[in-house]
Amino acid sequence: MRICIKGARLIDPSQGMDGPADIWIREGLVETICRAGSSLPGATEHTRVLDAKGKVVVPGLVDMHVHLREPGQEYKETIQTGTMAAAAGGVTSLACMPNTDPVADHGAVIEFVLHQAQKNGSVRVHPVGAITKGLKGEALSEIGELREAGAVAISDDGKSVGNALVMRRAMEYARGFGLPVISHCEDKSLSGQGVMNEGEVSLELGLRGIPALAEEVMVARDLLLAEWTGCHLHIAHVSTAGSVRLIRDAKARGVKVTAEATPHHLILTQEAVRQWDTDTKVNPPLRTQQDVEALQEALRDGTIDVIATDHAPHARVDKEVEYDFAAFGISGLETLVGLTLMLVERGVLDLQEWVRKLSCNPARILGIKAGTLAPGSPADLVILDPESSWKVDPARFYSKGKNTPFKNWTLRGRVLHTMVGGRTVYNLES
Amino acid sequence: MSFNASAKLWQKKDLLGIKDLSAQEIGLILETAESFKEISTREIKKVPTLRGKTVVTLFYEASTRTRTSFEIAAKRLSADTINISVSTSSVVKGETLLDTALNLQAMEPDILILRHNASGAPNMLAKALRASVINAGDGFREHPTQALLDMMTVREKKGDLRGLLLAIVGDIAHSRVARSNIYGFTKMGARVRVVAPPTLIPRGIESLGVEVCHHLLEGIRGADVVMALRIQKERLQGAFFPSEREYSRFFGLSRRVLEQAAPEALVMHPGPMNRGVEISPDVADGPFSVILDQVTNGVAVRMAVLYLLAGGIRGEDLH
Ligand SMILES: [Zn+2]
Repeated sequence: MRICIKGARLIDPSQGMDGPADIWIREGLVETICRAGSSLPGATEHTRVLDAKGKVVVPGLVDMHVHLREPGQEYKETIQTGTMAAAAGGVTSLACMPNTDPVADHGAVIEFVLHQAQKNGSVRVHPVGAITKGLKGEALSEIGELREAGAVAISDDGKSVGNALVMRRAMEYARGFGLPVISHCEDKSLSGQGVMNEGEVSLELGLRGIPALAEEVMVARDLLLAEWTGCHLHIAHVSTAGSVRLIRDAKARGVKVTAEATPHHLILTQEAVRQWDTDTKVNPPLRTQQDVEALQEALRDGTIDVIATDHAPHARVDKEVEYDFAAFGISGLETLVGLTLMLVERGVLDLQEWVRKLSCNPARILGIKAGTLAPGSPADLVILDPESSWKVDPARFYSKGKNTPFKNWTLRGRVLHTMVGGRTVYNLES
Repeated sequence: MSFNASAKLWQKKDLLGIKDLSAQEIGLILETAESFKEISTREIKKVPTLRGKTVVTLFYEASTRTRTSFEIAAKRLSADTINISVSTSSVVKGETLLDTALNLQAMEPDILILRHNASGAPNMLAKALRASVINAGDGFREHPTQALLDMMTVREKKGDLRGLLLAIVGDIAHSRVARSNIYGFTKMGARVRVVAPPTLIPRGIESLGVEVCHHLLEGIRGADVVMALRIQKERLQGAFFPSEREYSRFFGLSRRVLEQAAPEALVMHPGPMNRGVEISPDVADGPFSVILDQVTNGVAVRMAVLYLLAGGIRGEDLH
């Protein structure tokens, strides 16, 4: 059976396309793209037609920073609920972080995740393996085995590899296997017991601060190590103006580095913490207005390649406690499109660049087949209504994590339909 | 002044911090406290003002002084008091603060007094409860009744806070007493200077309208009030200063050091003191020390706060 998505505006920077088009899909692949309204010769019967006039179609989004919590913390999220949330958020491929229980530091866990995703998942799941055994920062994981089992990158996300020699060895070794190293940059001796950005607001709220320095010291170290080892370093959730400056300089020197920022770091500041809403507690913490502006500028000039959610679902019991004791993290998949289209509306990005940051670039960094609707590629795509407004209601999230500081925000831009390999995995109407 | 009138000026359900109060509200509490002070000198130290009201103290941190002060204040107003102490370790393991609070709420207390090691815990309770919440100290954030009793003590001795210079010496970074006093004294027209090594001063504290000084002699020069803060050994395991010996040498209040302050400068301390560390014994017990007046005024201030939050009761004539 063929599927034809008719009359949408197709935006696909991988083919330099932006305009009205009909997309023909056959056997899960993009068959061809025609001028809107033209008919495909020989395609008469058994065609399911989706009328998408007035809508936008883009390659399925690729979220390269997601916590699916399974195995080990299924009360927070499962591969089933997490990938359903992804589908509802327009994400057709995701990379999931290894800080599960057990840690994804050996092939069996990677295989388990892939198996569960195969069985219960709505979207494509690409596991990230651990850099060190047990995320302890001491001994390297069996990185070759991780790759063989299907890992697309390695990371100790949630923690930094504190020991510079271990990180150097990890980068050297991973380079040999062609795996990017994703670094959560945080010098724990500087962040300590902090729960929010160190600055005026932490001073007034009497909360322990995490200085921008805690991130920047580690960004600087890892950039030097990447330069030294020639490894592809990807810096996760960049949050400070200082980090941006360091990455920009390194890129100019030719260091093989890419970087991501999250929607919440691009939109919110530390001021949000004043309401004592523990859903504003994230690591790295929400920073200052100057940092937000620096991140937006970095998105514009390409210093930041990717927007990723750092989807970190938590149960209510993890958040309905004193700010000091609350878990870090925001459930981000289902607000991704609405929040990032705010950046388009504010002129930080145009739609072409938006697709690049949310689909093409992360796919390229992870080396996965995604981020394009060129004929012959998997038909992973999203139909969006960029004008439709909706109110964020966490109770309606597919994710088990209802923890979002954006509750009750009205966002513009909505996912109508998500397709993975030509199969509908989410449809707003149903 | 009439108590009924004063109660109408008070509109807040809770007392969570000095930062949220206007100068007028602070003035109202202090005036109310001044008129309540006399009750504690009577032979029968009790008025029926809060009869039938239930006051619960919920302490997640040990603090015998503050709790006793609140309890005496409540009892002098004839409220029924219940004390609950919780060890902080059980918070992490078992029942959450919110669970505890909702259980208490089910027993309909009128006022809940919370001491908690997590900043913002009283704000969380205030949102969840119908009862009034009094913050008896939260994390590093605020300790409003302490600042109120400090202001009351200074007013008593100096007449007015306007134009005075208060020097707060010690661990400003981890002190809720310092924050509440900074808000309070600056709102009431005083100048505040914080004095400590840079490791104990939070970055950006100038934004609260205070002067910063890292040298003790300069820091207390001309001060009308010198307030020493307790060095909390247990909180200072992060190399904030090299040793207690060195701290006491460079930041300890001694008689010699106090010569830099204004004549007849008051010496204050929120207690409990480490005599010989942040304050030398001859200063703590010396002629300008008002440390025990602070304790006395603590009861009056807490009576005033309980009274105002309970809604200024039924036209009782206290005099
Ligand atoms: Zn991370």
